[in-house]
Amino acid sequence: MNSFSLRCSLLTGLVWTSLVVASGAEEWPAFRGPNGSSLVPAGVLPVELSAATRKWSVSLPGRGLSGAVVVDGKVFVTASAGTSQDRLHLLCLDAQTGKLLWERRVWATGRTMCHSKTSVAAPTPCTDGSHIYALFSSNDVVCFDLQGRLCWLRGITHDYPNVSNSLGMASSPLVSGSTLVVPVENDSESYCLGLDTATGENRWRIDRPKGANWTSPVLAGPAVVALQSRGGIDAVRLADGAPQWSFSGGADTISSSCFFDRVLYVPSNGVTALEAVPNESKPREIWQSNRLAPGTASLVVAGDAVYCLNKADVLTAGERTTGERRWQLRLQGPFSATPVSDGQHLWAVNEAGLVQVVELGEKEGKIVATFDLGDEILASPAVADGAIYLRSNSRLHKLAR
Amino acid sequence: MNGPDVRLSRQRAMPVCLWRLPGAIVICLFMLCMAAEGRAAPPTEQALEAALGAIRAVDHEGRGNAAAGTAWNVVAAADVGALPRILAAMDGANPLAAGWLLAAVDQIVARHPRLDPDPLCAFLADTSHEPRARRLAFDLVAGIDGPRAEKLLAGLLDDPSVELRHDAVAQLMAQAEQAKSSGNTSLALEQFQTAFAAARDIAQVKDLAASIRGLGGEVDLPRHLGFLMNWQAIGPFDNTDGKGFAAEYPPERGVDLSATLAGQGGPVQWQVLATRDEFGMVDINPLYPPPAPADASRSAADAGGKEGLKEVVAYAVTSYDSPQGGPAELRLGTKNAWKIWLNGQLVFEREEYHRGMDVDQYRLPVTLQPGPNAILIKLCQDAQRKPWTTEWQFQLRVCDSIGTALPAGRQQAQVPPPAVENIR
Repeated sequence: MNSFSLRCSLLTGLVWTSLVVASGAEEWPAFRGPNGSSLVPAGVLPVELSAATRKWSVSLPGRGLSGAVVVDGKVFVTASAGTSQDRLHLLCLDAQTGKLLWERRVWATGRTMCHSKTSVAAPTPCTDGSHIYALFSSNDVVCFDLQGRLCWLRGITHDYPNVSNSLGMASSPLVSGSTLVVPVENDSESYCLGLDTATGENRWRIDRPKGANWTSPVLAGPAVVALQSRGGIDAVRLADGAPQWSFSGGADTISSSCFFDRVLYVPSNGVTALEAVPNESKPREIWQSNRLAPGTASLVVAGDAVYCLNKADVLTAGERTTGERRWQLRLQGPFSATPVSDGQHLWAVNEAGLVQVVELGEKEGKIVATFDLGDEILASPAVADGAIYLRSNSRLHKLAR
Repeated sequence: MNGPDVRLSRQRAMPVCLWRLPGAIVICLFMLCMAAEGRAAPPTEQALEAALGAIRAVDHEGRGNAAAGTAWNVVAAADVGALPRILAAMDGANPLAAGWLLAAVDQIVARHPRLDPDPLCAFLADTSHEPRARRLAFDLVAGIDGPRAEKLLAGLLDDPSVELRHDAVAQLMAQAEQAKSSGNTSLALEQFQTAFAAARDIAQVKDLAASIRGLGGEVDLPRHLGFLMNWQAIGPFDNTDGKGFAAEYPPERGVDLSATLAGQGGPVQWQVLATRDEFGMVDINPLYPPPAPADASRSAADAGGKEGLKEVVAYAVTSYDSPQGGPAELRLGTKNAWKIWLNGQLVFEREEYHRGMDVDQYRLPVTLQPGPNAILIKLCQDAQRKPWTTEWQFQLRVCDSIGTALPAGRQQAQVPPPAVENIR
């Protein structure tokens, strides 16, 4: 290894470590976890899963496929109920025991119609450590503190009546600093909003391309958020929504991008790796590979590899720096949930609830353990404090050593 | 609204002079008292009223959220005796404020698992209250006295709350199924028919129709639901690249049923378009069959064996006779982009194609005028060629806010729509 390679490896290691450490092993604050990376600390999750590792399983009061978030020893999850699914629930459970600590409801103010496979409780909530922000397919947004006090409530469709999707909305919000990014892209009145986390009022609202879109925003550098749509990526400033750079090469509208070590990995023409260039309106395209093609699940970047599950349920590993394909492994699908990985293993849960643990090698991937949860899983898992939380349409399960 | 049944703790009552202070100051003083005592004491009546007022003042785009956030803590600290007052605050509140209040009720109830059902039953019995608040009261009663709630349901078949009515109908349906299982089919049929008359939930209506027909009974679904079955249609007009959605074709400037207009492929005229579909589905495609393609087999395969014009616009118009006029809802289902006008006024428009369709997909509150009301719908078809994109159809019903067909809707199916001119 020459000195340049050594420096690169050290740098990668530092970034990797800092991302995982910064994430806090005890928190899973948003869709796909800290930084939207699906990364988990190495060695904390059990590889061997069994009935004995199911620490608790609780019934939920309504439907949903949002993922759980974990903070301060509490697990938060959303659900919807009622004959027209207009009762929107936020539950707070004790992470250790699964005991319900509190539950609050609000009524939907927007449309609750959606495809039978999804639900009004589709977006995953997010937290800044002191508050929980939950978005629903009806485009209602609520903010509670961790003790269950309602801080504010917004009805985005109540404000802008043509913000809706008859199939259902599913993009998850993102919080950073004092701004909550709320994506509500659809065929008609299509926006992204930056809300003041203190009051829920608009800091900014920008027009977005008209078209159904279920992808979620990701932080793509300091105070910059990447918004993905059919046309590509628009990076905007978190503080005011001002455009920073854009990529017009097209992108998927279901599988979301992943940001890692200054590079944005985008489901675009397979996968395209982009790096922002200071003072330039276009990013640098590092590589593009159509041999990596995510399906419904989003990309995972772990260590020096990019992983994606394609529509044929094949897990593909690619070189993070070049996009070159390393290996492929057929799993048992279909998949809706995005896997999680610690760089050594990858945990993928199919829609039938079969957890497949893949050992990630340089040359190949190998399924080393499976566990049938016996429950339909569409939601991406949450991982915190050595436990993995899996949510079905009616239950929340905790698996741990 | 009835007078509030507020039974608040007086132990932490504010000095009487506070009654003269503005609500925001009262709320702040109350919060300071709470903080000083280190726990949440129930608010005084004045503090509660001020807090409810602050919550009811929330508005679009987060206006009033900051004050409501403080006020919510006051309301959520209230004693259970204040629940009827808090529920009553939902009367006439906007949907955002109702959500704030629901979350506060949840917090109060969580602190007090043992509630007195009597005040809640009294609240439930008063049908002038907001239907969702009454449903919430019912749920609280059911949580503490299930058998009492079950008994109450039997009297809620004609309730103005859709959800209460739904559960009452479900209860009667279960009884009818039991009667059917025990061989008493005449009682079962009678109970199914009673439940059907009360049912507003579409899934229940479908199930009940099947049950009644299974026992030899008859149902008239279009009449029960108020679907408009008779229309006049004109088209096709051009919608290449989706531009027809915004284009203002002649019917938008006025409807003359005898007119000949310039359509996409030549002169077009209004044609009768009636449906016999039980759920009022009005299919545009049969009126305008596409020309035979050069490669018919390939084209049909692309569309999954179905055919229909693409990138086109059609209009359909009908007249709805309302004896009294007044508030109503137009309830529309369609997979196509659409605009709808009532008596020449645009009610709503939506440019969404083939994302799904359902009865009551869109609920559009309107005010009908006494006598004839002209309803014009514009239906756009896009360029997609997938099998699920051939539909060019809609279903429209006229009903009240809980889905009860309005009387004229029942007549509409039997009379042809009169000519409607100059609707703009």
